[in-house]
Amino acid sequence: MWPDPAHRKAWRLGPPASRPQPVPRRRDAAYNPGMSLHRIHGGLAPAALPRTHVPTAIRPCPLPARLYLPLVDDAGGALFAHVAPGRRVRRGEPLAHAADALATVLPAPAAGLVVAIKERATATRDARSAPHLVLEPDGSDEAVQLPPLDGQQADPAVLRRRLAEAGVIGLGGAGFPAAQKLAAPVELLIVNGAECEPYIGCDEALLRAYAADVVAGTAVLARIAGASRAVIALEDRMHEAGAAVQAALAGHPQITLARVPTVYPQGGERQLVEVLCAREVPAGRWPVDIGIAVQNVATAAAAWRAVAAGEAVTARLVSVAGRGVAGAGVFEVRIGTPVSALIEAAGGYAPDAARLVLGGPLMGVALPHDDVALTRTSNAIVVLAGEDVRPRAPELPCIRCGDCADVCPVRLQPQELLRLLRDGDVDGAAGLGLADCIECGCCAFVCPSQIPLVESYRQGKTAHALARAARVRADHARERYLARTARLAREQAEKVARVAARREAVAQEQAAAPTPRAPAESAVPAESGAPAVAARMDKSAVLAAIARGKARRAQQAGPAPPAGDAEQKDTP
Amino acid sequence: MKTFPTAPAPHIPAGNRVRRVMGDVLLALLPGAMLHLYFFGFGLVFQLALAVAAGLLVEASVRCWRGAAASGGIADVSTVVTAALFAMSITPLAPWWVAVTGMFVALGLGKYAYGGLGANLLNPAMAGCAFALMAFPRELAHWPGGFVGLGDAARAVFAAAPAAGWDTLASATPLDATKQLVAQGLRLPELHANALYQRSGAAAWAWIALALALGGVYLLWRRVIGWHAPAGVILTTIALTLPVWLLDTERHPSPLAHLTAGGLMLAAWFIATDPVSGCTSPRGRFVFGCGVAALTLAIRRWGHLPDGVAFVVLFMNQIAPLIDLNTRPRIYGHGRG
Repeated sequence: MWPDPAHRKAWRLGPPASRPQPVPRRRDAAYNPGMSLHRIHGGLAPAALPRTHVPTAIRPCPLPARLYLPLVDDAGGALFAHVAPGRRVRRGEPLAHAADALATVLPAPAAGLVVAIKERATATRDARSAPHLVLEPDGSDEAVQLPPLDGQQADPAVLRRRLAEAGVIGLGGAGFPAAQKLAAPVELLIVNGAECEPYIGCDEALLRAYAADVVAGTAVLARIAGASRAVIALEDRMHEAGAAVQAALAGHPQITLARVPTVYPQGGERQLVEVLCAREVPAGRWPVDIGIAVQNVATAAAAWRAVAAGEAVTARLVSVAGRGVAGAGVFEVRIGTPVSALIEAAGGYAPDAARLVLGGPLMGVALPHDDVALTRTSNAIVVLAGEDVRPRAPELPCIRCGDCADVCPVRLQPQELLRLLRDGDVDGAAGLGLADCIECGCCAFVCPSQIPLVESYRQGKTAHALARAARVRADHARERYLARTARLAREQAEKVARVAARREAVAQEQAAAPTPRAPAESAVPAESGAPAVAARMDKSAVLAAIARGKARRAQQAGPAPPAGDAEQKDTP
Repeated sequence: MKTFPTAPAPHIPAGNRVRRVMGDVLLALLPGAMLHLYFFGFGLVFQLALAVAAGLLVEASVRCWRGAAASGGIADVSTVVTAALFAMSITPLAPWWVAVTGMFVALGLGKYAYGGLGANLLNPAMAGCAFALMAFPRELAHWPGGFVGLGDAARAVFAAAPAAGWDTLASATPLDATKQLVAQGLRLPELHANALYQRSGAAAWAWIALALALGGVYLLWRRVIGWHAPAGVILTTIALTLPVWLLDTERHPSPLAHLTAGGLMLAAWFIATDPVSGCTSPRGRFVFGCGVAALTLAIRRWGHLPDGVAFVVLFMNQIAPLIDLNTRPRIYGHGRG
């Protein structure tokens, strides 16, 4: 019954302030004029998370000897290369394009020589291998520039085309082509600068240094999407960034600044929509379906540079943090730089570095090694050391304490999902909203029994997708089988009809001919008078009988043939 | 190339880890136990010792039997809490075999038969208590009327025969006395003047209940428990008893009298808040508390038992999954209502 010491509400003990506090409304009025914010359910307040500070001065990361560009996008889709090994390219020249409607390009991050296309590990949890373009920079950094456009005058279609040509994708992490996301008209554009996870500082650094770019980019993106209003959202702890954005907002009456409380995972797209608009994105749909577009601040800045200066996305800000690395900070990194080169720029590993994480410490992916390249969506590297690493404590039984449900921003009942998934009831879990889980990791973070909840939901989602695909396959197989059975029966019936018609014709022929006897109607063996006709009639009667039998058998076996068999039988 | 071991996210441990929650629960029981000791004497000490010893013995033997690891740190601590709640729920003068068999049922049948910690459908302490009430009704009827010394308590517990005889030591509980006297047609003022009622130590029970509530508020402040289940118990008790009390204050006990009598406060703060056997959704917890209070009041008013908290909790435990089924929060993005 009552749990033990290890089963303790670790995260919520101590000062009650360790839970998300209600949004102080009065402060909002002064802080966020003309806007009232709403609370998400649950989440983790900063007091529940480790205190981390990433210095937000932007430092350069030296150009490495080789850049590696995976020819797959974040969703796993292939990119189509435009260049072959041996080709010399300039910075910004398209190297490959994606399969989306506007063929968003992958621009060359530096001038140099394409030396090879070879298989390498990508920066994913399983270091899955994919073909990479290998680019050897020549140091000239010669760039191609697209002709500048006027963001407020040019046709939105032209602007969208430009975003695709400059390789602007969702730089916050999703990697969805920006131009495509802005294709449908919306009322409101939200530009997301709420970093969400601890240990990440790239958005804050960007806002501090390039607030004007972000604001101008916001105006351009709003224009492309046809949004009459835009909101730049950042966390209330980012004081300097807030001041910089506020200063840059002059002359943009349609853009407002919202300072949202620092509660993880409020920077998630759906959560931010809830906080700013008090609306929920319907399950299985996207913000654009309720007239809202959400883009990251880095995407806005990149969009402005692509439009106003004709610059392609060739570099991004990556924050490096954690006790496992000597010099934490925010680095301007060329796309394709290996993680090892970035760590070197940050002063190398601490001796006790124990875990390398791409992304934040709550949702990020633990990398098995550092010889993987950073892509346009890599926003942070966290190197954890010593006791900062979550120990792989022995898992204890779930005691249904409900802490996970308290922090779930989607209001799921994680403990029930876990029970169903452990029982193998994937459909039951799906019925309780498994697909709605945003995998923020709050539940696993607070679980006093150290149960890897998110991991089991991830596996459950995969199992559910596989089961659904198998069901779809089986349904198709059944349809094919039934169609085939029907076709065979129809053909048989036609055959029988043909034979009967021929028999009729023969009978009429016989009747017309001057013979002493009329042919027997029934299957009585014909007599010697017309042997050929009798033989044909016999054959038709036998065929008809066979057809009846087959039809009966088909009817009996009909409705549910095993899927696999049906597939095989289907090929004649 | 440097390699690293990988693991699923999240990668950082939960902050401000505190390993004192079990301590918190025991600490929260302390004020109630101290007053219990002050009013009813040393019996509780023996019951606690017996229940804890028997509980740990059952725990260890089940673990050996199942071939599990011998060090069951977690299970042991939760067993101590079960034992403490069980000891607080039975009379301090009960003979030793009540605590021993009660704990055997509580842990063996109430907990391990379902698969152990986290898997039990019933609250183990209440399962043991309900068993003891049914198996040993006579032994459990002897509540002390006042402070019982060390020697008397020891003789009552270990020899089942106090030196001075049961009549001088034991008395009916206030709820028992009320039931008997109301059945005789007495009104409340007369009842309060009656010797049977006066000997039952109603004030002592009330003080203990308030001390338990104090402990519960401490757990609430420490965020060990949520407010939903206790609020359900207390609000339902008030809602059901206040109108009838206002109708006729001479015939019906006040809401405060109801709240501070019997095991209702212990149930509200320490039993209905058990995460394993209770509900998990916040609304479900509130409904669970409402059910505990409503059924307890019904048994007090119409039942044969003086106070049926243990049975009520077991009943609510069984329907807790059904309550959960119907009180799930609306999931984000799934339409209101």
